[in-house]
Amino acid sequence: MRLVVRAAEALRAERLIPITSAHVDSCLYHGEATVDFVERLVNGGAQVSVPTTLNVGALDLLHPELWRGDARTAERGRLLMGHYRRLGCTPTYTCAPYQLAFARPALGEQVAWAESNAIVFCNSVLGARTERYGDFTDIACAITGLVPDAGLHRTDARRATVVMRLAPDIPAALLDDDALYPVLGIVLGRRAGGRVAAIDGLPAGQSEDRLKAIGAAAASSGSVAMFHAVGSTPEAATLDAAFQGGPPDATVEIGLAELRAARDELTTAAAGGAPGTPIGTVSLGTPHASLAELRAVERELAGDRPAAGVELMVSTGRHLLAEAEGDGLAPRLRAQGVELLVDTCSYIAPVLRPSPLPAMTDSGKWAFYAPGNIGVEVIFGSLRECVRSAVRGSVWRDPDLWGAA
Amino acid sequence: MKGRVLAPGSVTARAIVLREPLSLWGGMDPATGRVIDARHPQRGESLAGRIVVMPAARGSSSSSSVLAEAARAGCAPAGILLAEPDLILAVGAAVAEELYGVRVPIVVVAPEELAGVADGQVVTISDDGEITPV
Repeated sequence: MRLVVRAAEALRAERLIPITSAHVDSCLYHGEATVDFVERLVNGGAQVSVPTTLNVGALDLLHPELWRGDARTAERGRLLMGHYRRLGCTPTYTCAPYQLAFARPALGEQVAWAESNAIVFCNSVLGARTERYGDFTDIACAITGLVPDAGLHRTDARRATVVMRLAPDIPAALLDDDALYPVLGIVLGRRAGGRVAAIDGLPAGQSEDRLKAIGAAAASSGSVAMFHAVGSTPEAATLDAAFQGGPPDATVEIGLAELRAARDELTTAAAGGAPGTPIGTVSLGTPHASLAELRAVERELAGDRPAAGVELMVSTGRHLLAEAEGDGLAPRLRAQGVELLVDTCSYIAPVLRPSPLPAMTDSGKWAFYAPGNIGVEVIFGSLRECVRSAVRGSVWRDPDLWGAA
Repeated sequence: MKGRVLAPGSVTARAIVLREPLSLWGGMDPATGRVIDARHPQRGESLAGRIVVMPAARGSSSSSSVLAEAARAGCAPAGILLAEPDLILAVGAAVAEELYGVRVPIVVVAPEELAGVADGQVVTISDDGEITPV
């Protein structure tokens, strides 16, 4: 309760309001402080008072053989994950709880979600209301069932203040390709910072996977907790609705040159990951892959396997993996040389085979954090480029994707 | 100058002004206090024992844990000056104090005043949020 009050003070809230559910990020081991904290709660007999899902932990509890780190870190990471179950949390261990029917709050519901991509998805795509909660606060809110009545819990703060208008020079084919969306998210995060932006100019009815990619990247390059995509997100049926009838404070135009530059900055490998560059690893599924994305991997593999020496790993949630096992998708992917990781992510846990060669990813977030976290050089590409490059063992580029250079 | 206290404490230390926003998670190694974000212009510099001036916040909600862990390891910043309130850092500091008795004062000041703190300058943060050059 002291932490919730501290949070309320920081946000200058006048009162606390009840929540219906929570998503907790604190179960990822960052050192002994994370264990010391939860042990105080466990020893005090605390229990969550609302349905609470868990974010990723330090290791894949279902496939512990994938762990390549030291035994003690694995043991402490596992202990931490278990402690949060003891507090009454549901062991989902996914950064994409919004993919689980039982964990999706309805439009307008007040919740406490942590993990930057989950926060932005919750606010933007589900229209449920959460502030940008972090470790410790998340579980404190889940135990008390209360949050400060402040920030994005309140209607007025959910109003867009800036328009991000897509320029007419962006090719229609690019608007229709998944590869655009994480890059657009990187630009959104940089341009919006912590403001709520409304993206104008995307085709209406964008898929949840694309909106997920925008949000995850925007919360990496900026501190975005909510965005509107006009015609796609529930509080932005029209541009006017996103602004709640008021005028925008600012309008920013985003053109092809800025998007291309942001795409290029996601690559750290030498020569910008030019076609033919040998790769050692392909990592997909950050945030956790949906069933549609797992099917897309199978489709792009088209019966092939990764080249000798190339590891193709896809991260997903354990509940989705169970579904994919049931309908034969997961066994088919494994038979084609795909490694499936759950409960964690390949830029958090030491699970990738060590390689001196760069790693390729379709995730803006993975490209952003993996070099610092696990010390790899990164090449960013679309899912199709990633899978086909895995099969070749070197970078393949889709020549038509980003328009003529 | 005087700011709003998000986490109380008083300390005198040398300032380091971040030239780009930094997420502590993925951006600072809590075991050393060093900047590890590959794209950050101050990669390799240490934030341990410094008053970190952050004109803008960014990124992950795990930064609370990283701040508390750095405090446990004795490698936390001595204090943090922000231009905007940051709940995630405030709670990290609260937990560091609760678990280890380590105070990392965090104060929010107006952006134009924050710009007056120079990189390398020695400043004092007081319990009441007063910030004074030494």
